[in-house]
Amino acid sequence: MSKLWFDIAHLLAGGMLVLSFALLYQDRIAAVINVFAVQAIMLSLSVAWQALVQDAPHLIVTAAIALVVKGFVIPTALHQIIRRLEIHREVEQVIGSGLTMLTGLGLVALSILLVQPVGEVSIYVREDLAFALAVILLGLLMMITRRNAITQVVGFMSLENGLILAATGAKGMPLVVEISVAFSILIAFIVFGVFVFRIRERFDTVDVSALDRFRGERRDA
Amino acid sequence: MIGPAEAVIVIPAVAVPLLAGVSSYRLGASLNILACTLTLVAATALLFGEHPRSNLLIIDDFNIFLIILTTFVGFTTSIFSATYLAHEIEIGRLTPLFLRFYHAMYQALMCAMNAALVANNIGLMWVGVEVATLSTVMMVGIYRTPEAIEAAWKYFILGSVGIGLAFFGTILIYLVAQDVVGDGLPAMSWDLLVKSAPMLDPKLLSLAFVFLLVGYGTKVGLAPFHAWLPDAHAEGPTPISAVLSGLLLNVALYALLRFKMVLAGNPAAINVGAIMVGLGLMSLVFAAFMLYRRRDIKRLFAYSSIEHMGIATFAFGMGGPLANFAGLLHMTMHSLIKSGIFFAVGHIAQVKGTQRIAAISGISVTHPVLAVLFSFGVIAIAGLPPFGMFTSEFMLVSSTFARQPILSIVLVAGLLVGFGALILRLQDIVFGDPTGKAHPAQASYVPAYVHLMLVLIAGLWLPEPVVEWFRSVAALLG
Repeated sequence: MSKLWFDIAHLLAGGMLVLSFALLYQDRIAAVINVFAVQAIMLSLSVAWQALVQDAPHLIVTAAIALVVKGFVIPTALHQIIRRLEIHREVEQVIGSGLTMLTGLGLVALSILLVQPVGEVSIYVREDLAFALAVILLGLLMMITRRNAITQVVGFMSLENGLILAATGAKGMPLVVEISVAFSILIAFIVFGVFVFRIRERFDTVDVSALDRFRGERRDA
Repeated sequence: MIGPAEAVIVIPAVAVPLLAGVSSYRLGASLNILACTLTLVAATALLFGEHPRSNLLIIDDFNIFLIILTTFVGFTTSIFSATYLAHEIEIGRLTPLFLRFYHAMYQALMCAMNAALVANNIGLMWVGVEVATLSTVMMVGIYRTPEAIEAAWKYFILGSVGIGLAFFGTILIYLVAQDVVGDGLPAMSWDLLVKSAPMLDPKLLSLAFVFLLVGYGTKVGLAPFHAWLPDAHAEGPTPISAVLSGLLLNVALYALLRFKMVLAGNPAAINVGAIMVGLGLMSLVFAAFMLYRRRDIKRLFAYSSIEHMGIATFAFGMGGPLANFAGLLHMTMHSLIKSGIFFAVGHIAQVKGTQRIAAISGISVTHPVLAVLFSFGVIAIAGLPPFGMFTSEFMLVSSTFARQPILSIVLVAGLLVGFGALILRLQDIVFGDPTGKAHPAQASYVPAYVHLMLVLIAGLWLPEPVVEWFRSVAALLG
């Protein structure tokens, strides 16, 4: 297989990583959602490319689902939610953007080091995995540093993007790709349907820190 | 033609849409019991006849006992749940519409757990654990109080992250196996993975296990990753606390043990046992001390679940025939006792109208039968003879003392601290001055008594076939 094919795969995976960083410093919810949509589109391109390289036509389905659902349907729905709930305002961060970015860089270095042993299997797989792991860890970081329920969900979906990137990078991995995409949709719907509305209904806010009041034992006891 | 192995997945799967469509909650509860009965029958049928393997399903000594345990506790819980929920409807805490949803989710949970247990495919097993997580998240939030929503949200976020990391570990395992076994389904099946373990790349295998340990360890409720567990147990409906503690934690531990079997076959990989010993002891000691400060009765027993999963993990980490045997017995006993205790706690919370320990003292005066049931449960979970948990803990302590005397001191200290906390609380709840409301109990005590009888029998005399069975599984675990 020519080297150019892998270079393009890495370009797309690298693009997703850059967008993960972009997610970290956005301070408006609408912007977070838009960046996530772009990342999902990048994911679908990457998966489609893998389908071509690995000659695995079923991956096209995965790519299409990522494009339609994560690229358009979910972001549109999220935009509607923030409009209806009137929460365009800025996202509160637990730690500042600068520190978050530095931590993110550290996580990327960590993921490169962690997948080092894969090199003995295949150098290309190793680089794919490093990108995927970095996207996963940055998604985790985003979930930790944001206080807002919607941005936490976006963080989780970004983590899921990384998982799908890893799964499609593993050549010939059966069954799991389709199912995992179906699950990401399921999870997103559960979150909309149940949590966002219930949190709003009960607290008049989707700020998760409001939940902290009820942490642990009921102290009035 | 579907065999019993498929049936334990298909029956609950068919019941999900059926129960979602039934509007009468009485009929729904009966259908729920019926579906659980059929699943239990199918699971028992696994004991007889051949077990053909495929790339998707496998039945061996290890999972057969967990499938039967899961379907049995699922069955008794469905009976308890019918009486429990009738009361919740009566006091208006839940509406019939929510119960339709609840019953559908209950069967989805049973289906997912059985799928995770019979799967011969690490991907399918992952799917099972994920669906089980999602369905329990929905049920934990069902009361829609602020506390319930917080618990469900915490559980959802931590559970999803855990499950995400476990998926990454699964992908890594596939990547390692692909080189040796070849592309496609065979590279994800347990039996082939174990068979080809010595040829797998040890470094990558070790890396994969770290992700799997953090991922599935979160679901087991091991100490640094346990934060979701007490909230989810305390705020959800009590039948769900019973299946969470009694079954779902076991399924997650089962997943870890399967991966441990793969790594055990490769001498160059990291020493999984030592890590599990460390995490297990940490969970035990941490949870034992946390037991003292609980004010909520369901939270108390949730921490006790962390403690006991810690003990089981420690036992499997020690390895060897005796410790593995103790671990398997401990898992079984914990499932039966803990779900039995949650049945009793559910009744107590209903008759007293609260879960606060301070407000439910003196049940021996107001509800003697319930008090006896609850005391037996607590005595059993504290590890006193003649109940089965004493046997497993005694075996574990003696085998640890022979091999690692220092570890056995920590183990015994943890056990005693936990024991003290439980006995202290038992005193208040059962023998204190009666306080609070005293509604007459109107639920059936049969499921809880059946569980405790089984534990008592196991403590006094473990039937020979069961011993043989545990022994062969213990040998399998290495």
